[in-house]
Amino acid sequence: MFLSLFLFPPQASTHAFEVDALYVFLIVLCSAVALGVVISMLTFAYRFRRRAGNTIGADIHGNTPLELVWSFIPFVAVMFIFVWGASLYFKLSRPPDNAMEVFVTGKQWMWKIQHMAGRREINELHVPVGVPVKLTMTSEDVIHSFFVPAFRVKADVVPGHYSTTWFEATELGTYHLFCAEYCGTEHSRMIGRVVVMEPAEYQTWLTTGNVTDVAAGGGMATAMATSTGQAASPAKVGEQLFLEKACQTCHLTSPGGIGPQLGGLAGHTVELATGETVTADDAYIRESILTPMAKLVKGYPPVMPTFAGQLSEEQTRALVEYVKSLRAEPGAGEATAVDARQQVGVQ
Amino acid sequence: MEAIERRVNYLNVDHGIRSWLLTVDHKRIGLLYLVSITIMFFLGSLMAGAVRAELLTPQGDLMQSDTYNKAFTLHGIIMVFFFLIPSIPAVLGNFLLPIMIGAKDLAFPRLNLLSWYVYIVGASIGIAATIGGGLDTGWTMYTPYSTGYATTNVVFPALGIFITGFSSILTGLNFIVTVHKMRAPGLTWFRMPLFVWAHYATSLVMILGTPVIAITVLMVGLDRGLGLGIFDPKAGGDPVLFQHLFWFYSHPAVYIMILPAMGVISEVIPAFSKKRIFGYGFIAASSLAIALIGFLVWGHHMFTTTQSMYAALVFSVLTFAVAIPSAVKVFNWTATLYKGAVSFEAPMIYALGFIGLFLVGGLTGLFLGALGLDLHVHDTYFVVAHFHYIMVGGAIMGYMAGLHFWWPKITGRMYNDLAAKAAALLIFVGFNLTFFPQFIAGYAGMPRRYHYYPEEYQVLNVLSTAGASVLGLGYLLPLFYLLFSLRFGRHAGRNPWGAFGLEWMIESPPTPHNFDHTPTVTWEPYDYPEMHKLPTRIGESRSHVTLAEGQPTPPEGLAHV
Amino acid sequence: MSDTATRLQHHFANEEQQLDASTFGMWVFLVTEILFFGAVFCAYIVYRTHYPEVFAHGAHHLDVVLGAFNTVVLIASSLTMAMAVHSARVDEQRDLARYLVGTMFLGLVFLGVKAYEYTHKFHEGLFPGNFFYQADDAPLQRLFFSIYFTLTGLHAVHMIIGIAILAVILVQAMRHHYGPRWHTPVEIMGLYWHFVDLVWIFLFPLLYLIGRHG
Repeated sequence: MFLSLFLFPPQASTHAFEVDALYVFLIVLCSAVALGVVISMLTFAYRFRRRAGNTIGADIHGNTPLELVWSFIPFVAVMFIFVWGASLYFKLSRPPDNAMEVFVTGKQWMWKIQHMAGRREINELHVPVGVPVKLTMTSEDVIHSFFVPAFRVKADVVPGHYSTTWFEATELGTYHLFCAEYCGTEHSRMIGRVVVMEPAEYQTWLTTGNVTDVAAGGGMATAMATSTGQAASPAKVGEQLFLEKACQTCHLTSPGGIGPQLGGLAGHTVELATGETVTADDAYIRESILTPMAKLVKGYPPVMPTFAGQLSEEQTRALVEYVKSLRAEPGAGEATAVDARQQVGVQ
Repeated sequence: MEAIERRVNYLNVDHGIRSWLLTVDHKRIGLLYLVSITIMFFLGSLMAGAVRAELLTPQGDLMQSDTYNKAFTLHGIIMVFFFLIPSIPAVLGNFLLPIMIGAKDLAFPRLNLLSWYVYIVGASIGIAATIGGGLDTGWTMYTPYSTGYATTNVVFPALGIFITGFSSILTGLNFIVTVHKMRAPGLTWFRMPLFVWAHYATSLVMILGTPVIAITVLMVGLDRGLGLGIFDPKAGGDPVLFQHLFWFYSHPAVYIMILPAMGVISEVIPAFSKKRIFGYGFIAASSLAIALIGFLVWGHHMFTTTQSMYAALVFSVLTFAVAIPSAVKVFNWTATLYKGAVSFEAPMIYALGFIGLFLVGGLTGLFLGALGLDLHVHDTYFVVAHFHYIMVGGAIMGYMAGLHFWWPKITGRMYNDLAAKAAALLIFVGFNLTFFPQFIAGYAGMPRRYHYYPEEYQVLNVLSTAGASVLGLGYLLPLFYLLFSLRFGRHAGRNPWGAFGLEWMIESPPTPHNFDHTPTVTWEPYDYPEMHKLPTRIGESRSHVTLAEGQPTPPEGLAHV
Repeated sequence: MSDTATRLQHHFANEEQQLDASTFGMWVFLVTEILFFGAVFCAYIVYRTHYPEVFAHGAHHLDVVLGAFNTVVLIASSLTMAMAVHSARVDEQRDLARYLVGTMFLGLVFLGVKAYEYTHKFHEGLFPGNFFYQADDAPLQRLFFSIYFTLTGLHAVHMIIGIAILAVILVQAMRHHYGPRWHTPVEIMGLYWHFVDLVWIFLFPLLYLIGRHG
């Protein structure tokens, strides 16, 4: 189909069709409005053209009811569009709970991608068809934007933040991956491809490391994967880093450490020195590693050194994954950092 | 006609470079702006040409990526800050606003001249820096790229924009005070021409928004020069805060461009329909509504960033709300034609072209305001096409309509109508050919600011570049016939279009102080049915006054102290 | 030029309109000033909300005594400025000059104290950006001082401009330019000066006091 090739990128996600539906609706609606206005404009202009030099137009001031009508009807129409657009947005802002997670790091000028099983790739993203995939993304340097036209998905990748988006691919194939936020000299080369595979094939690809015959950037990813043999999962890498950076000297697995216990922390509420409470989500854990002074846990002294500048985003992510993987110590129950402090007694 | 030649007007009252560079006459300052922004326009167009030429092929074979990035950055900065924002307000607004309200000048004439010098200084620094070293951040100068990663010179262009901002603030301040305090006796708020209303609304945006962008680019400069780190994530700063501050101004800035153009159209349509504007009150109120709601929608440039879902909802709903007053204007202009006596001189052709292009620009804004859809089209060529329809199809078309409408008043000469219509047609066709394909390319996924691009987008880009060359030709034509008219055009007389309004009741070109006596306004605006009862001349010294046959004495102005 | 009767510019109908326009113009300008400072205040609010600890900590590095002293100095200068405007209105030429000098003097005292504070901060290594070498929790502390220096720096620039304009007005006042019929520049300068004071009245608690409890 020439037209569809030309007007639409491939529809390859569950979301794509819904976005296109709104798009087509808007085209029809807006064309009708535009044609209506242009035709009446030209008709009036021609029908009421000036025939003699001195004629003047009719003495009309306006028509308030009419003007109210043509204010009100567009208002209803745009509110309808708003609700439609917002409902799509809601869907895209909330990844399903069963989504498979992939970690994406933008860096001038490449996309570094890591699967939870440990496999990494560059400028390529392999995903299984029919499985919701949630991307957690951040940037090492400037703002980038992860854009897959075929999925109708775009999200900015901001340094210092974790942003998320998700999609569920519906068609096997290879699709464009673009950086959509201007990021410097090679912005237009910060591109790659998304490869949608059968789930079984994806599983094999994940574990063997060189299933597809990849080009360019993908070659590097393959090389990396094979040189390290079976790639370690982020949580595994995080565990190693945890020991390497000697985190365990303060963050003990038993009460009494200088720093809070980390077991079972993820997802729980933490009380801060200021009296505020925050939820220990990915962003909080990340911030606490990089700039510990930003949010001090109540009852603990401000002694943790900053790790900003010492860890890459991927390493930080690995640590976050490791912290999230820690279960509460047996006996401590659903221990949170607050509970841990209470057990220790205020320092 | 001979008498007109000998009459003292603002052009022949004084001669020499000094008389221009030290003038405090709002009309002469308007012309100073006209010359400066025309130079800026062609500079910016040259950059656009370079960008379009490069995009003929997907391989990026004409220039280096760095050069390409500098070209589109320079194009954006020149067009937005040094051309579009001053265009209609500083040229036509400066020239006409005092005349339209029966004043002899703006409230602060010296401040007005200062604003031009500030503009020249700012623009020179900006241009010198961008041409000298180049700037590759895009006109949006997003952090942390601009503060930490760009290898080009960010501080000087930022300084240029900072300085130019004050020119805009001074103009806005001057307009607001003038409208409040300088209206002629009898000229109540609801007797003001819609052009004045539009400029009043524009001035509000200028004074409320410009300080914010000024301080924001200053912070970027300080961040860059001293390492303040206010927007630097490595120092705990938030790069998205920059975007909030930037768009707090830069979205309303679009209204600085389009509102005055709407004001022009609201003058031109009644003049060539010989009919009262349809729904004066609605159009005046919609200008204010656009200016005010326009301040609350900046977040729609950031739907894909990390802003909260609820913030996005609020910004989206307000974005749709701001569409209503624009729609009302379009409907009212169309209704003005109904039962009019429509004629089709060049300004009218430009004005009709404006409505068509603005319509497309406005309607495609609905696509971008719809949250779920914006996630797909944001930062693609769809956005590029949309804002060019507003800023070029809308603002520049409106500027051209105004320039052609008031050219006889400004210069006292008529240009060749046929040539002007031909140019209007070329611009209209060239414009659509350039930018319509970009909607398609954008939806198909082509991101903006791409030097290399996948081959499937080439057909659309070739079309676009072809259109750009037609468009360029269209913009060159007026340069010739307008300049030609200065010497060879026939004399225009006071009111060549038979239009309604104070500016058409004084000489073309106007005398140095516009009115010898401050006129007293006794009429409603656009009152074409009653026009024959009004004087054809006003505010002149007695000796010059000649009345239309059988008309009563014109209202006596206030005595000049 | 010293004749107070001929100050009417050609495009105004009468002196009242002229004074009206000038005063109104200054008010509009002050609105733009509010937004000018507003953007930095906005950054302040965002970061203070995000890092309350850091801002409380930062405030401890500032000298409250000097800040309070400067607040008093500025309030006093507002008084002398108001008296100067009054003197112009009632044609007390000598008082006018005296109060203008007083205002400028107090303004200079403020700037002197500020310069002392800045120097001190610089020696402590608290000057932001590339010169920041304070060791404890440096990355975020720097943010506080970036905002501190931007806000107070902008304010100081406004003071300097104000004092420069006051100097011009003083020279004119000594030539008896201003009197009951013509004192618009003194009047609108007064508005500007009060505004600059007002900004400081906000800056002082926000930067020096908030987060200081013991």
